[in-house]
Amino acid sequence: MPQSNKMTMYDKIWANHIVEDRGDGSALLYIDRHLVHEVTSPQAFDGLRASGRTVHRPDSIIAVPDHNVPTKDRHLPNPDPMSTAQLDALEANVKDFGLDYIPVDDARQGIVHVVGPEQGFTQPGVTLVCGDSHTSTHGAFGALAFGIGTSEVEHVLATQTLLLRKSKNMRVTVTGEMPTGCSAKDVALAIIGALGTAGGTGYVIEYAGPVIEGLSMEGRMTLCNMAIEAGARAGLVAPDDKTIDYMRGRPYAPKAGQFEAAVPFWKALSSDEGAVFDKEVMIVGSEIVPQVTWGTSPEDVVAVTGRVPAPESFSDPAKQEAVAKALNYMGYAPGTGMTEFPIDRVFIGSCTNSRIEDMREAAAVIKGRKVADHIIEAMVVPGSGLVKLQAEEEGLDRIFTDAGFQWRDPGCSMCLAMNPDKAGPGEHVASTSNRNFVGRQGPGSRTHLVSPAMAAAAAIAGHFVDVRDF
Amino acid sequence: MKKFTEIRSIATPFPRVNIDTDIIIPAKHLKSIKRTGFGDHAFETIRFEADGTPIQDNVFDCDRYKGASILVTGDNFGCGSSREHAPWAISELGFRCIIAPSFADIFAGNCVKNGILTVALPQTDVDALVLAAEAGHKICVNLPNQTVTCGNAHYEFDFNSAHKQMLLDGLDEVGQTLKSAAAISTYEDKQKLTTPWLFKA
Ligand code: SF4
Repeated sequence: MPQSNKMTMYDKIWANHIVEDRGDGSALLYIDRHLVHEVTSPQAFDGLRASGRTVHRPDSIIAVPDHNVPTKDRHLPNPDPMSTAQLDALEANVKDFGLDYIPVDDARQGIVHVVGPEQGFTQPGVTLVCGDSHTSTHGAFGALAFGIGTSEVEHVLATQTLLLRKSKNMRVTVTGEMPTGCSAKDVALAIIGALGTAGGTGYVIEYAGPVIEGLSMEGRMTLCNMAIEAGARAGLVAPDDKTIDYMRGRPYAPKAGQFEAAVPFWKALSSDEGAVFDKEVMIVGSEIVPQVTWGTSPEDVVAVTGRVPAPESFSDPAKQEAVAKALNYMGYAPGTGMTEFPIDRVFIGSCTNSRIEDMREAAAVIKGRKVADHIIEAMVVPGSGLVKLQAEEEGLDRIFTDAGFQWRDPGCSMCLAMNPDKAGPGEHVASTSNRNFVGRQGPGSRTHLVSPAMAAAAAIAGHFVDVRDF
Repeated sequence: MKKFTEIRSIATPFPRVNIDTDIIIPAKHLKSIKRTGFGDHAFETIRFEADGTPIQDNVFDCDRYKGASILVTGDNFGCGSSREHAPWAISELGFRCIIAPSFADIFAGNCVKNGILTVALPQTDVDALVLAAEAGHKICVNLPNQTVTCGNAHYEFDFNSAHKQMLLDGLDEVGQTLKSAAAISTYEDKQKLTTPWLFKA
């Protein structure tokens, strides 16, 4: 621990939430906000029931189904019995315990990590949890947000706390300016490429510097969403005027009168000038170029102008073996140029990139063009019903469908392929999601993580292209 | 979670070694979204034919051992997967204590979380308890003293002290945290003043 009375943003939020200090760096920490979805909650609610307990603070929860919902033909009966059972269980649980609930047929329904911010439920300075690892997304608001397992979901429901050990502080500063043709996703991938997927293990990462300050709230969410892919417990961005403007007027945001009191509290959250971080990383923003992953881990990333590396180019023998395995799975030879990759399928969606700004970014590339003939399926899955409506108001849906994209209903969809949205074995997918693990988008599927603009351009060209000259 | 101090009950003898969690609860029943309802499928292959007809005279369903809260079984009980469904299923059959020469670690840990006491005794003692169970004698298991008695026979067993406290208090992890309920509510009172917007009026 750095010896200083200057505190980082993480130190402040942590200190604000200590219920009981248990010594040796661990504490019983108070949890302000809890997002609940259909897949990781049923056994937690059942556990409460089995032990005769109740939900400690129903007003700290929003429940919304997203992981296993169909993204088309929602007016028809749900063909998947498991999905039906999970949705029914969620509905029964929210009734039993009296929770705020956004059902599948509600315009506000969508991916938990899109819905929370959109509803103003995610706020600066809060602790926020959800039974999903990409809960780090909410760090974009200066909230300490992280994913938890089902037994912890039950623990939070019953006690509003978690027993946690404090992580270390890391600051990643992105200097300079955001280059044209790049977006928050490219920054996120470039950072993971620099840190490695274990580089953030044991840390909470604060993102800082002019490039981060220049990002919209949507961009900051994309960035923090992938903090977990660098192994970090959570990501954080200091609240500023953009954050405050975003909060204003949202349904769960502080009401008039309270809002004015909240603003100075939020502004005081930023790390103190001179606060010491356990680790500092600098990234030169102006050197970032559009990124594409070639392997089966988000750290397997290169510039679109680059080539697939050879296993021998790494010094660590374990890494060499992992690279050889990844190349074998992906079906590429070392040295293949990234733009030589033919693509079979395109997925624009997930809690990383399914917000209105992502829709606009993709549509701008697609406008007036057509999806390449050999693409099996190209789909856009908006992150929430409200994103979908907004996009339709702006006419973006027409741009997508005219080009040959499918325009779906909101949900996690092909990000984790739990519902029927899957890629087939061996298919290469240009995907705006966050994980390119073996089989993540369907057994045998080969995922390439990219920004919405890069995914859109790949759909048109049929292979990856440098979106800067597209 | 129910407190565990002492139980006195007839016991079900099931002296088979290496009973794994697949035998306790087959994987095909894990799809459930609940943590109850596994009792019907507990030890399924021992209780039912493949076509679902009940197997006559199996120890889990026969009248002789009805109401037993103790299971006396073989070495390395509970090996295999980490599924917590195994203790859930056993608990639903009415067992609160399992006596065996040894237990798989994860299984034993899962038992504590679910209020089940696992007693490890030397093989010869377990053999004697199997005979006593078959004869329909009552067995008494006392956790505070860490003893098992049956007729004139008396045995002592080792048990992890932290786990012992959880069972004696009847507290799982949530229960443990709820000991801090006063601190939690003090914290909330303070937060209602400093960040009132985080509480619904
Ligand atoms: S979109 Fe993907 S990463 Fe995000 S919450 Fe859903 S499954 Fe998790």
